[in-house]
Amino acid sequence: MRPFDYARAGNVAEAGQMAGRFIAGGTNLLDLMKLEVETPDKLVDITRLPLRGIEETDDGGLRIGALVSNADLAADPRIRRDYEVLSRALLAGASGQLRNKATTGGNLLQRTRCSYFYEPSQPCNKREPGSGCGAIGGFNRIHAVLGTSDKCIATHPSDMAVAMRALDAVVETQKVDGSTRAIALGEFYRLPGDTPEIENVLEQGELITAVRLPKPFAGQHRYRKVRDRASYAFALVSVAAVVRMDGGKIAEARLAFGGLAHMPWRDETVEKALIGQEPAMANFDKAADILLAEAKGQGENDFKIPLARRTLKAVLADATKGA
Amino acid sequence: MKRNRRAKRSMKLKINGVEHELDIDMRTSLLDACRDHLGLTGSKKGCDHGQCGACTMLVNGRRINSCLTLAVMHEGDEITTIEGIGEPGNLHPMQEAFLHHDGFQCGYCTPGQIVSAVGMLGEVADGWPSHASADVKAGAALSGDEIRERMSGNLCRCSAYPNIVDAIETASAKMKENA
Repeated sequence: MRPFDYARAGNVAEAGQMAGRFIAGGTNLLDLMKLEVETPDKLVDITRLPLRGIEETDDGGLRIGALVSNADLAADPRIRRDYEVLSRALLAGASGQLRNKATTGGNLLQRTRCSYFYEPSQPCNKREPGSGCGAIGGFNRIHAVLGTSDKCIATHPSDMAVAMRALDAVVETQKVDGSTRAIALGEFYRLPGDTPEIENVLEQGELITAVRLPKPFAGQHRYRKVRDRASYAFALVSVAAVVRMDGGKIAEARLAFGGLAHMPWRDETVEKALIGQEPAMANFDKAADILLAEAKGQGENDFKIPLARRTLKAVLADATKGA
Repeated sequence: MKRNRRAKRSMKLKINGVEHELDIDMRTSLLDACRDHLGLTGSKKGCDHGQCGACTMLVNGRRINSCLTLAVMHEGDEITTIEGIGEPGNLHPMQEAFLHHDGFQCGYCTPGQIVSAVGMLGEVADGWPSHASADVKAGAALSGDEIRERMSGNLCRCSAYPNIVDAIETASAKMKENA
């Protein structure tokens, strides 16, 4: 690991002005620093900032402090009762030890687990812009099938962010100049395009202070994660769903997908196609057709396209059964 | 270009109830601080990347991977290593249960398994659900499936898993009796 300077932020206002890389749970950043994939000159420890609360907002939603651990968030009675898809997604991710350390803000910012990104001797446009992509034409079983570019086919690894995307979460930040902004999670991430090293819209020194959830969405909450082993593995494909039925037909469907793209993937045309439809496999297939119309396999990950279809259909069948 | 970074820093760590003052490289993980500088070698280094759980410690009562955190970030925390769980002549019920059920072969993962299991039972007692819980709204009773899911962050390459699960079930019952 390269040497670095270390400082603690005493309050939110000064954190951004300390001109360093923020560290909170550190479970991803320190892992990458050991491998010298990440080589920050300075770490700004933000773990002492008062961002560990979960409070109710005026509009009936919740504001989750950026330092709330993944474990505490998954166990919060309000999350379990009103945002079950989020609790389920968090519990499907990582291990007990990691969930106790990993934070809400850090989870949003975790880096891809692409093995070329993780290996400095290999080309990777995300780690070293212009060096090429080893995964294209290489080992790409875990890689993206939607929204890829000829520069990068990496996936975003988070489960939490997939559920938050389905729930229309909003990221609250503070910039270096002290001003604050609220960024819809749907506007937060970027596709790789020509600059896969830029993964989100945060500016230098901009600190995530909270994630806001709107008031709860009624309906059946599901998080289905398909992976290589039953626990403690990243998603090959995951589906977060909130589905509300009315009179035997689908009244509302919120669907977000993990393992398929450089960001939690949501396509509202898929959801619109389901509204007013009966919960029949033929209708689920049509939704999957829309979702996967532009999907492109890279060889080893071709299986993800039919797997995404089957997982979506299984989730929709489960969420609409008995209606 | 010369990197002019201050390599060492003095820090205070409270481990198993004892305060220690250390002057060590800023990069030192909590695991290495305990093993290499304080002689607390019970916690093991397996993968050093948070994948195996051999380094599990409790920080303020919650289990974490001590290899994936900097020692300097834990000033002011209450840290518990396997040495603070129990010792020869005064074993914790979890340690006794691992002996009774032969919950290991080579033993390298065992300190992490035991600390993790103690932390895990605290989570269950606090009503935390898991991926294996049928209903996340309700608290979960401990079952084989719950133990396997909740302990998935601790790998055992000798594959002593069936006996580890038995040991945790026995210890859980014993700890409830003692409570």
